[in-house]
Amino acid sequence: MDFTLSREHEMSRELFRQFARREVEPLAREIDEEERFPRETVEKMARLGFLGIPIPRAYGGQGCDALAYILCVEELSRVCATTGVILSAHTSLACDPILAHGTEEQRQRFLVPLARGDKLGAFALTEPNAGTDASGQQTRAIRDGDSYVLNGAKIFITNGKEADIYVVFAMTDRAKGTKGISAFIVEKGTPGFTFGAKEKKMGIRGSSTYELCFADCRVPRANLLGQEGKGFSLAMQTLDGGRIGIAAQALGIAQGALDKTIAYVKERQQFGRPLAKFQNTQFQIADMATRVEAARQLVYRAAMAKATKRRFSVEAAMAKLFASAAAVEVTSMAVQLHGGYGYTREYDVERMMRDAKITEIYEGTSEVQRMVISGALL
Amino acid sequence: MKIVVCVKQVPDTHEVRIDPATGTLIREGVPSIMNPDDKAGLEAALRLKDEVGARVTALSMGPPQAEAVLREAMAMGADEACLVTDRAFGGADTLATSTTLAAAIRTMAPDLVITGRQAIDGDTAQVGPQIAEHLGIPNASYAEHIELDGDALNVRQQFDEATHLTRLSLPCLVTAIGELNQPRYMTPGGVFEAWREKQIRVLTRADLALDEGDIGLKGSPTRVKKSFPKALKPAGVTRRHLTADEAAQAIVEALKAQRVL
Repeated sequence: MDFTLSREHEMSRELFRQFARREVEPLAREIDEEERFPRETVEKMARLGFLGIPIPRAYGGQGCDALAYILCVEELSRVCATTGVILSAHTSLACDPILAHGTEEQRQRFLVPLARGDKLGAFALTEPNAGTDASGQQTRAIRDGDSYVLNGAKIFITNGKEADIYVVFAMTDRAKGTKGISAFIVEKGTPGFTFGAKEKKMGIRGSSTYELCFADCRVPRANLLGQEGKGFSLAMQTLDGGRIGIAAQALGIAQGALDKTIAYVKERQQFGRPLAKFQNTQFQIADMATRVEAARQLVYRAAMAKATKRRFSVEAAMAKLFASAAAVEVTSMAVQLHGGYGYTREYDVERMMRDAKITEIYEGTSEVQRMVISGALL
Repeated sequence: MKIVVCVKQVPDTHEVRIDPATGTLIREGVPSIMNPDDKAGLEAALRLKDEVGARVTALSMGPPQAEAVLREAMAMGADEACLVTDRAFGGADTLATSTTLAAAIRTMAPDLVITGRQAIDGDTAQVGPQIAEHLGIPNASYAEHIELDGDALNVRQQFDEATHLTRLSLPCLVTAIGELNQPRYMTPGGVFEAWREKQIRVLTRADLALDEGDIGLKGSPTRVKKSFPKALKPAGVTRRHLTADEAAQAIVEALKAQRVL
């Protein structure tokens, strides 16, 4: 058992790290403060192929694998969690289900522009009354000739107003419960598809989180993703993959907070010596680093399971459960070690602590991860 | 058009620390990178490839682990890579290095050779021009701008006191400085392709038919008396819009503050 990255993964990580430091980190504070979507960064990522890292070249992607993609989310999130989730939602929640369940025609029409970065993707499952209980979908899709007519609303949609292509879930047959849910590919600009309110959030404030509204929105039957009635299992499979992305985001946030704290405690002097010379600081740093590394092993293991086409549902749940908790703990410890300065917006750890919390909530709360893990054991 | 770009793997001198006890470099754990001037040279070649079409070969002489910079060059867009490696090449100074690289380049018959001005681990700036001498082709060093003009290359050379505009007929060699351009990033797909699908051509002494006396330590007349790290110069202070008297006064005060006076 060799716990080292392959040389291509190592070099990819170096690429992502350089890009993150040069292009992403300088904007991180500003986009948080202004709650501004970093469109310029997305365009740069698109030009370099970051929007299609695990997608085969035949579909406009880079032909790498799930681990390379995860390394990218980690390195982006290490300096800016907003940028990390933009990529994660696009890749895991929009590209992935079209690759896994789309017809050849759907892949050519929708996946190719997504993977090339010409278009951005989003995923719309959550509703006001269907969060953890995603089976309670209220949005309806009624078959009418060669199309489906969608009515309803989705909330908390990442890349909300900025995306071009949306994977949307709706009830096609309420009587069948979860077996009556179907998935659709909906393009921005489709008549009847509009945006509601923008969410004002605690963290990842540069991310565009919107309500989506469907009012007699007519979607061609050719845009049905997978089979009618198979939408719920498609959503659950998609979220299994998405969880590795969010786990990588959490890992990156935790690593970023550790980076900032190590630099700070070496500089900051109290009682005539740097904080790093106090044993309390040393022990805190040791605990933070150990949590980060443990999270990393779980995240990479889940990514490799997906990359090698093994089952990864439990691995992904464990990775997300642990890494998100690590992000919350490590960023809180980071703020504590920064003292009063860490509580101000002049220091990045303040933003990182706010950003960390969402990783315990979206794409399945920590409680959902525990349900998935225990469900496989009991 | 065929372009050969020489790239060297060097320790990242930004990351090198000095052992305070012995005054020597701590090389352990220091990452290896592509020499920055060479990377600018590679970018210049890749831009010519984008603009007029060219086949770009990255060439390096070094130990087997120098493979990494060649893979990086291919991940940025070089079409192929060649590693010149042999135990017999070890200990080479700039003359033996340029002799060896020139022999390798001769087998490729390029229209243009680009090297970096100098490597950050040696700072000699000799290998590029020496290669041109061995090959008998014109060269222009310190290139801050290049432009293809028919079967010639127009080069703007940056020197301390002057800028030279030089026109070289192809084939020729230029040495690149960092100001030439901003090198592009690799792409993730390029990285995977470089490691998983592309081969590096390996040339050894036997392939190049070089005389033992011209290569490695034996072919190196240079004797190193002493090596030392460059002292970092402080940024310095600029004061503007002073009269001559004020300026003199400011200098005297600064020297007094430093206890020079």
